[in-house]
Amino acid sequence: MISYNKVEKSPVELSKQDFVSDQMVKWCPGCGAHAILAAVSNVFPKIGYKKENFAMVSGIGCSSRFPYYVDTFGFHGIHGRAAAIASGLKVANPGLSVWVATGDGDSMAIGGNHFIHVLRRNIDINVLLFNNRIYGLTKGQFSPTTPMGAVTKTSPHGTIEPPFTVSGLVMGAQGTFFARVPDNNVKLMTEVLYEAAKHNGTAVVEILQNCIIFADKIHDMVTNRETREDRQVILRHGEPVIFGKERNKGIVLRGTSLEVVEIGKNGITEDDLIVHDMYSSNPGIQRMLGWMKAPDYPVAMGVIRAAPSESYDDLSERQIETAKKTSDIKSVNDLLRSGDTWEI
Amino acid sequence: MVQKNAVRELEDVVVKFVGDSGDGMQLTGTLFSDVAALAGNDLATFPDFPAEIRAPHNTIAGVSGFQMHMGKRKIYTPGDMCDVLVAMNPASLKANLKWAKPGATLVIDSSTFDEKAIEKAGYTENPLDDGSLAGYQVISAPVTDLTKEALSELGVDKRIAERTKNMFVLGMLFYLFERDLELPLNFIGKKFKDKPKVINANQTALKAGYNFGETTETISETFRVEPAPLEKGLYRNITGNVATAWGLLAASERSGRTLFLGSYPITPATEILMELSKHKSLGAKVFQAEDEIAGICSAIGASFGGLMGVTTTSGPGLSLKSEALGLAVITELPLVIVNVQRAGPSTGMPTKSEQSDLMQALFGRNGESPLMVLASSSPANCFYYAYLASKYAMEHMCPVILLTDGYLGFGSELFRIPDVSDLPAIKPPMADPNDPKYKPYRRDEKTLVRKWAAPGVEGLRHRVGGLEKTNIDGNVSTDPLNHQLMVNIREEKIARIADYLPLLEVNGEQEGDLLVVGWGGTEGALTSAVNRMQDEGHSVSHVQFNFIKPLPRNTREVLSGFKKIVVCELNNGQFVNYLRMIFPEIPYYQFNKVQGLPFHVQELTDEFTKILEE
Repeated sequence: MISYNKVEKSPVELSKQDFVSDQMVKWCPGCGAHAILAAVSNVFPKIGYKKENFAMVSGIGCSSRFPYYVDTFGFHGIHGRAAAIASGLKVANPGLSVWVATGDGDSMAIGGNHFIHVLRRNIDINVLLFNNRIYGLTKGQFSPTTPMGAVTKTSPHGTIEPPFTVSGLVMGAQGTFFARVPDNNVKLMTEVLYEAAKHNGTAVVEILQNCIIFADKIHDMVTNRETREDRQVILRHGEPVIFGKERNKGIVLRGTSLEVVEIGKNGITEDDLIVHDMYSSNPGIQRMLGWMKAPDYPVAMGVIRAAPSESYDDLSERQIETAKKTSDIKSVNDLLRSGDTWEI
Repeated sequence: MVQKNAVRELEDVVVKFVGDSGDGMQLTGTLFSDVAALAGNDLATFPDFPAEIRAPHNTIAGVSGFQMHMGKRKIYTPGDMCDVLVAMNPASLKANLKWAKPGATLVIDSSTFDEKAIEKAGYTENPLDDGSLAGYQVISAPVTDLTKEALSELGVDKRIAERTKNMFVLGMLFYLFERDLELPLNFIGKKFKDKPKVINANQTALKAGYNFGETTETISETFRVEPAPLEKGLYRNITGNVATAWGLLAASERSGRTLFLGSYPITPATEILMELSKHKSLGAKVFQAEDEIAGICSAIGASFGGLMGVTTTSGPGLSLKSEALGLAVITELPLVIVNVQRAGPSTGMPTKSEQSDLMQALFGRNGESPLMVLASSSPANCFYYAYLASKYAMEHMCPVILLTDGYLGFGSELFRIPDVSDLPAIKPPMADPNDPKYKPYRRDEKTLVRKWAAPGVEGLRHRVGGLEKTNIDGNVSTDPLNHQLMVNIREEKIARIADYLPLLEVNGEQEGDLLVVGWGGTEGALTSAVNRMQDEGHSVSHVQFNFIKPLPRNTREVLSGFKKIVVCELNNGQFVNYLRMIFPEIPYYQFNKVQGLPFHVQELTDEFTKILEE
């Protein structure tokens, strides 16, 4: 159970069933969002907070129907603004565990400004970023993460926009926590969400989600069950960065870039590999790991960065406590009578 | 001792201080006003500073001003034209002479009228020599030179000496108005408390200016403004923006709901954000957002979280907040939106005041999106209307837009300090923990208000959001009849707030030849104009609206008692058209001005006279 943070714990053990809402889940059959719902329902009872202390906030898009499907307090906002609404909610009541469900369009396009600023401030909320690399709810237009050249309803000749790499944006905005998971690995997703909840600050979890209708198999090169062991590297803190079906491939730092090597070839041993340090405050290697793209590199999964830092909401509470202790103005009547006043 | 001067008794007087932006005119005007207030005068002030932070020295663009109106009677506005103009350089004289009454007293620093400065101001001749000021009482003195001379023995450097000339001229003014020097001397001591050299320089300059007035024959007549018959009580001077901030804090304290402000800096509303930032000791949570949208959205999030959510802005910012306002309407959460109006459209004239956001406040959203709109009408009553906006927002679970304007926000007047416990109680409709009957849109039968259930409270889990929901249960719904029902309920809920509003009060008779109608920040000018007309024996009454939506219950009755009605606004006719929509049977005259300036009393009385004669 998570111990250090400020959300009140449940006196009784909760189960997955406690978080199932009475609403009909209306995502398409086969949508990757179902797996995210499963992982969230798995992890909330493990986190152990009182049921009342969970709040789910969303924007607009397929992802943003999420609050209806978990039995917590929920707020379905407007397009792009979930991060801003969640910021207000968390600062208002730091005793809540606040989760944002958002998509690549919601958070990287219309909500891009709020996304970078919540990261910069490091407000202690958890962001589930459903990255299906397409606008689903509006039926198939390209998004800020759609691959360059992709043909979509609004790019019949192929897009001419380079996509965002989510990890690059998060770390560029000085985010303190970033993790990535494929939607077909619920076990890893559950582990990662638990780490996100533990982190004191804004935690972004990018979920490579498949949109079966408008961008089917968009992540297939990385997530395909047949090839994924060679296309993904699951990072574990303190362990060397190893991957591959045979567990014989790894990542080394050569000069200023990362390189894929085979253990046992050219004198390479496990000791030559990068050892993952997710807690490092210096994002240098974490950025490079997050940036790795298929097919030249394996795509990094798991927690890539979890740098300990103070959260905005903690600092905000502390300033208020200090001011309450030190200021002569204890009430509005004191305030009204402060400074220059005179009796008539 | 020179011979005692002649004394002129004044009912009221308007004094305007103008100079280069670095000349300290705001401080000079504030200090002069504080002394007037302590002497028992009623007063109102208004600063007039350039949009640029430091425009080029000695240019018209760099002129900064501060106007104050004080009297032995009730003062309603900072005044139209001034009786005394204090001009620290040629540019400020050039820019402001048109605001001086014929025969006004001009106090001028002649040291600054060198060839270069005269040319920069756009004069071809030195106005002090060319006879162009013949219609005024000119008190011209080489203030800068005299200040330097007075400070020469203190060993302060030239720059400090130069910067202290405003205190010299203030000393002259205190002599001119027969003021006691003790208070300003103390004030200077307090203001510069860790800088003894600066204190000494300022105090010396102030005394030198006073003595200069007393011992030379430059000033042949002094002015006397007797104390005003103010209600007994504790007073302070307050600007509209500070009063707004304090009203919000008072509402938070009375309601027991912590204040959360989500806001983005914008002229002329920024002072509210800055003021609230200071008051963490009262628990206020102030979030300076990345943009206007995040300002309102964070406030909505806080409001969902059970706090008193507030956002403050000005016109262009309100435009950006429109979509989120609709979210607050449909989620039926309390939210206070303060719009300190400025001249638009677009960036318009940020430092100039206007009343042109009324239609935006009433209707500027997609869908049928009713909310409450109210307007404060004087700097000090911003306190009460900010308080009431918060009270209605929380008790009726709806967004409330409070319209003030730059003129009120920057302007100041005397404020009789209330006791917070005397303000009306605020009782937010909090849901009880574990209430088995709780449903997000279950409503009070009388008010149609739903309960406020914050995350963290046991047994009240629910979801709200921007999608239409079923009444009572709050499930997502596109059912046609449910939507019609919810649209009707949202409108009716706002309409029913009228049952909790004070009735309109008419200044003057309930029936007569002409009713002057205003709303918001024009109250002072309209009151002054109507009082003048009444004193002259005309059958003119006045009503000022603070509650715009819903309107007070006796509105139709009040409007029906007069032969003619004129609606006066600093826009192209937004309120008059709103009244035409609701009371189409009543004919209206309208008087509009959209110049970024307040109404002048004279133009109002001219207009009223014309309408009466028609």
